[in-house]
Order: sequence, then C-alpha cells, then structure tokens
Amino acid sequence: MTKMLSFAMDFGSYAIKGGPKYYAWLGFLLFFILVGSYTAYRQLTEGLILVGATDQIPMELFFANFIFTAHVAAAAILVVAPGYFYHRKDMKELAVIGEIIAMCFVATGITFVLFHMGRPDRLWHMLPGVGYPNFPNSMLVYDTIVLNVYLYLNLAGISYILYKKYVGEFDTKAMARWFTPVIYLAIIWGPLIHICTAFVLSSNARMGEWATAVLPFGFLAMAGASGPSLVILLFLLIRKNTKLEISDSVINLMTTIIGWSLGIILLVLAAEYFTALYSNTEHAASLNYSMFGHNGLNLYAPWFWGTVGSIVGCFVAILIPKVRKSYDRWLPVVCVVVFMTILVEKPMMLVFPAFSPSPLGEYTEYHPTLIEYFNVLFTWAIGLISLTLLVKGAVGILTGEVRYHKPITST
Amino acid sequence: MSEEINTKTDDVKESRRDFLKNIGIAGAAALVASPVSVEASVGPASPDAEITVAESLQGHFVLMSDKEKETAIERLEKRYTAKYGKKTTVSDVPAPEGVLFGYALNISKCIGCRRCVHACVQENNQSRNNPEIQWIQVMKIPKGNFSFSADKLNKGYPESSKLGDYGVQVGGNAYTPVGGLSTEETQNYYAADEMVPDKDYFYVPVQCQQCEKPPCVKACPVKATFRDPNGVVVIDYNWCIGCRMCQLACPYGARRFNWGEPNLPPAEMNPKTHYFGNRPRMRGVMEKCTFCLQRTREGRNPACLEACPVGARKFGNLLDPESDVRKILATKKVFRFKEEMSTYPKFFYFVG
Repeated sequence: MTKMLSFAMDFGSYAIKGGPKYYAWLGFLLFFILVGSYTAYRQLTEGLILVGATDQIPMELFFANFIFTAHVAAAAILVVAPGYFYHRKDMKELAVIGEIIAMCFVATGITFVLFHMGRPDRLWHMLPGVGYPNFPNSMLVYDTIVLNVYLYLNLAGISYILYKKYVGEFDTKAMARWFTPVIYLAIIWGPLIHICTAFVLSSNARMGEWATAVLPFGFLAMAGASGPSLVILLFLLIRKNTKLEISDSVINLMTTIIGWSLGIILLVLAAEYFTALYSNTEHAASLNYSMFGHNGLNLYAPWFWGTVGSIVGCFVAILIPKVRKSYDRWLPVVCVVVFMTILVEKPMMLVFPAFSPSPLGEYTEYHPTLIEYFNVLFTWAIGLISLTLLVKGAVGILTGEVRYHKPITST
Repeated sequence: MSEEINTKTDDVKESRRDFLKNIGIAGAAALVASPVSVEASVGPASPDAEITVAESLQGHFVLMSDKEKETAIERLEKRYTAKYGKKTTVSDVPAPEGVLFGYALNISKCIGCRRCVHACVQENNQSRNNPEIQWIQVMKIPKGNFSFSADKLNKGYPESSKLGDYGVQVGGNAYTPVGGLSTEETQNYYAADEMVPDKDYFYVPVQCQQCEKPPCVKACPVKATFRDPNGVVVIDYNWCIGCRMCQLACPYGARRFNWGEPNLPPAEMNPKTHYFGNRPRMRGVMEKCTFCLQRTREGRNPACLEACPVGARKFGNLLDPESDVRKILATKKVFRFKEEMSTYPKFFYFVG
C-alpha cells in the first residue's frame, strides 16, 4: 500500500517538474481549461442552442473531433504491436507510451461525446441493469462499449507496467501469464473502436456520403496517418529533451506507416469518388456540394481541394528519403501537416457537407459559435495536459529516474 | 336539545363565515402573491426541486409498474400546472386494440397554405419562438416541363462529335426538373405573406411517416423511441438522452431537437396532454409528429387533418376496410415517399 502511495507521489511530482518551456506549455493549456470551464458551464446549463448545430446539421464540431480522437487512439496500437507481435526490442520499451496516447485520446473522445449529448445527466440510461441499452441494434451502444473497454484496458496496462517498473519487479516471464493477453486484446481492440465508430456513421442509409463500405477502411488509413504523426512528434520531443533512448529505427517504422497510410487514403478516396461520380446519381449530391458548392454556397469547396492536395503533397514528400531522414527539420513539419489535415478533414470534408442536401433537399453551411470553439479547445486542453503529464512521468520511470526507495525509518 | 342544536348550527355558521372570510383574505393574498410565485416558478429552475430530482431518476415509462406510472404522471401534472399556471392533465390512455393508424395525403389537392403546420404547433405544445419548432414541413416543388427549350438542343455533351453536333451522350435538356416527388429543386421556406397556390409549383407536406420499419428506432441507444401498438413511433421525452442518432437515421427529416429550453408562452399552452404525445418537452430531447396520439387514441382526428381547408388529409385505421385510408388505398393511385429506403411508411401520398 505504501508502495502504491509513493508510486503516485513520485510519479506526480516528477511529472510536474520541468523547465520554463514545459511550464509555459502547461500554462498555455491551463488557460484554455480555465476559459473552457466557463463555456462548458454555459453549455451545460443553457443547452446545445449555444453551439452552431441545427436540425439540418445536427452533428457539431464535438462529433467531428470525436472521430478524429478515435483515429489517434486506434493508431496508438501501432506503437504497441511491433514490440509484442514482431518482438522488436527497440519498441517494447516504448509500448507504454503508445498506450498512454491511446488512453488519453479515448478519454478525450469520450469527453467530446459528453459535449455532444443533449442530456448528459441521463447517460445512465445506457447502463445495463439500471438503464435500457438498445442492444444489439444501436451502433452507438457498441461504440460506447468498445470505447470504454479500450479505455480501461489501456489504463490497466499502463498502471501495471509503470508500477512494476517503478518497484523494480518488471519481469517478462511473470508478466507473460496474464499481462500479455491483456496487451494482445488491447492491440486487437484498437482497430475495433475505429470500425465501430465508422459503423455509427455508415449505418445511416440516408447519409449518402457516409453509407459506403469503404468508410471503415478510410478511417483506419486516416488513423494510420494521423496517429503515428503524433507519435513521431512526441518521440522526437522526448528524444531531444530526456534521457530516454529512442532509436532512428523506431521513427523510420512510423514514417513508413504514415507513408503507406496516406497512399491507402488516396486509394480509398479515389474508389469512393469514382463510384459516386461515374454514375453521378443523387447519392453523389453531397460529394458534388463538397467539391464544387451549390448555387453559390461553396464554403466547403476550398477545404475539400486543400485537404486532398495536402494529402497528396504529404504522400509525395514522405516518399523522399531526404525528408524522411530529416528528423529535426522536415519530418516534424510533414507530421504536423498530416495531423492538422486529418483533423480539419473531419468537420470540413466528412461531417458538415454530408448533411447537404438534407432529406428534403435543403443545402446548408455550418457556422460554429465561439462557445463551441472554446469547448472544443477545453476538451483538447484536458486531453493534451493529461497526455503531457502521463508521458513525462512515464519517461521518468522508463529512464529509471523515478524509482522506489525503501523509506528510511526515522524516529 | 333543540336549542343546543341551534347553538351548534350557529357555531357552525359562525365558524363557516369566519372560514369564508379567511379564505377571502387568503385569496386576496394569493392574488397579490400569485404573479410573484408564477414568475418564480416559470424561471429556469423548476418549480419544485423535489419533483425535478424524482423526475430525473424515473425509469423508462413502459417498464414502470402502474403505481410508478401514476406517481410519474402526478408529478408531471403538478409541475406543468405550476409552470404554466393552468390545470394541466397528462393522460396515459393506452393504445386502442386492433388498430393500425394510417394517413393519406392528396397532393393534387394540397394548396400549400400551411394551416396544418400551424395547427400542429398549437395542438402539440412546440416551442413558439427562438426557435419555432414545426413538425410538418411543406415542400414546394416546381412543376416540370416548362423549362425544356429548343435553345438547349445543341448544348449537350459532347457539343460536337463525328455523330453530330449535338449532345450525343447527354442531351442539352438533361438536368431539367420534370416534377414528381424529387427533393432536388424543392423550396421549403417561404414568406408568411406568400400567395398560395403558385401555379408553377405543387406542394407536398412531409411529417413523420410512422414507418413500419423505422430506422430511428433501430438507432436509438436507449429505446427511448419505439413503435407503439398502433404503429405510431413515439418518444419517452423523459428517457431520451439527446444523442440525435435518430435524427441522423431518419430519411424524412421528421425529427426535431430541442436545442435550448423550449419557449412555450403559458397563454398558448394546450393543457390537455398525453405522456407520449403533446406534453411540454424539456431542453435537450427529441420530438416529432405522433399523429396527435392524445386525440387519435380517443377516436378523434389529428389536428392537421382538422385544419386542412381543402380536405387533402385523411386518417384512419388501416385494419378497417371501411376507413377512409383503406378506401383510398383501394381506389386511388397511392405511393410512399422514398420507397427505396425500405422503411414502409404508414403515411401515404395519392393523386386524384
């Protein structure tokens, strides 16, 4: 018990220690948490009328961002899998960081869903026993189950690894008995959360642009691009600022994954667009709107071409060895661009234009409100601050800086 | 003895008089106090915190015992009566047996006056302003044919080819609306003072189609929305979690969400309500047409039907061969809206 207490204490005190840049970053995030607490309070008391959603476009920035966080959360297993499936020594140590990313992003995604709910006070209606979940029909029930299980699987994995390393009992043989199955389950569960999230969208026959069989594949490919981008950025930062060793081979593997994921995204988009546009029936109406606008409503057209252009550009760039090996210059730039592109693609290409035309033929644009923006930033800030603190603490344990010392009994 | 009785009655009379006097005072006091108390209860905080807590913990209405249902209804009546300052009844009259409700709408008669839209809002206690929630939307669709033109004869694709200088593959008059129930060129919003009917357009009111295979019910994560025994899709407003998956699933755009606290002025509130029908809703829940089940479960017609000045709307029991709807199905040219969605609506459109 005292061991666990001192684990929490040492982990926490190491996580909040850092240089001025570290504090500036934490302060930056805290600012959005403070402002966001107010806007979140406003939304909780006055309702979703404060955000830009309407009966024509009922899904807001929260929903779009939720899909994105599911991307990154699912992709984090790409850091875990090589170590456990292919026994790559250079990656086994780092698996725990992949799991931290997965856990933080799943938690952020769940927070986005809470913001999306009209009655968050009634969420207990989904619990079996006290509530009445619509199982096995509602896709949202599946999604809730897989997201929560993923959250707790990763929480269990992270706590176990870090604690055992902290007390110096991390033993690969003893671990194998129950822990390896947990890790394997988490690895399988990663794509699962994503496929379920895709099904929440594609199960709606009336949403012409979503009701396509390639949606889960597109999602997984986008996960493969956006997740490792964040991982590379994080690893480069860790490598530069801490004693934790991350070899080039790890970064190279992530780069390869990003490259091929971008390629698959292009293939999926091409297949989707060809199928829709060759016959150009009414099912392609949203896509046409997205690409060219409709009667002067063309807010989404620049975003469409910008996103597609950016994906092509990043794909070409990452195929160039010079860019791939430029660890402190071009590679981070490409990673930031890929991450932001997929982030922006969600609301501006996937979610908002898909609602035009509405079932009765209306064309609409979505205009987020200030409160909505701040609630989105609030959620992101909470996610990023937990990611920062957990990764910082984990690095301390992995490098051995944070260790359990038997308390000196003083009288 | 008799004297005693007399004095007793006198006493009673006296005390009654006092009592009446006291009531008078109390009444006056209540009159003075009432605007304050009404105002206090209309505010964002519900009239009685205890009621609110009990209501927020209540279960799915259909799964409640009769006793629980009774308390839940009492609670709601108390809250609505206090909030709107008039005696409100919340009925839970069960669905009549052996009935499948159906609706038929004659699109050749509809003149687009939207009286049904407004009658519906008044009957069903929707939010009146900011925003006004309407369950019926009237599509205004251009009649076809008038835009075919000889000028477009050589405008097709390709404009010239070895086979001739006209659209061999795509005619110049493609992309021209030819009427029919297409949503492509519809206009759903028009000025309140617009003259109807416009001779170049025809009108198609759309409301919940009460599908036999409703995609919204399948999508609901908590079974807050479901088909009732009469085939009407209803919502337990107290069970809905506001996730809007049903709105995403509905191919008819029939569902409306209470984005904010509904604004229903007490003067315009209809106090005769049903639990699954027109009782006032709260913020953050879904609502939609129920074929006015507070009326139809008692054998009356929906409000939209009664408001229609041209008799375009017919309602009845699909299981009864003598009902209006069945006769229309047997004799008219009937179709369902968006049949390709396989939702099997019980709302039929017909011509003639």
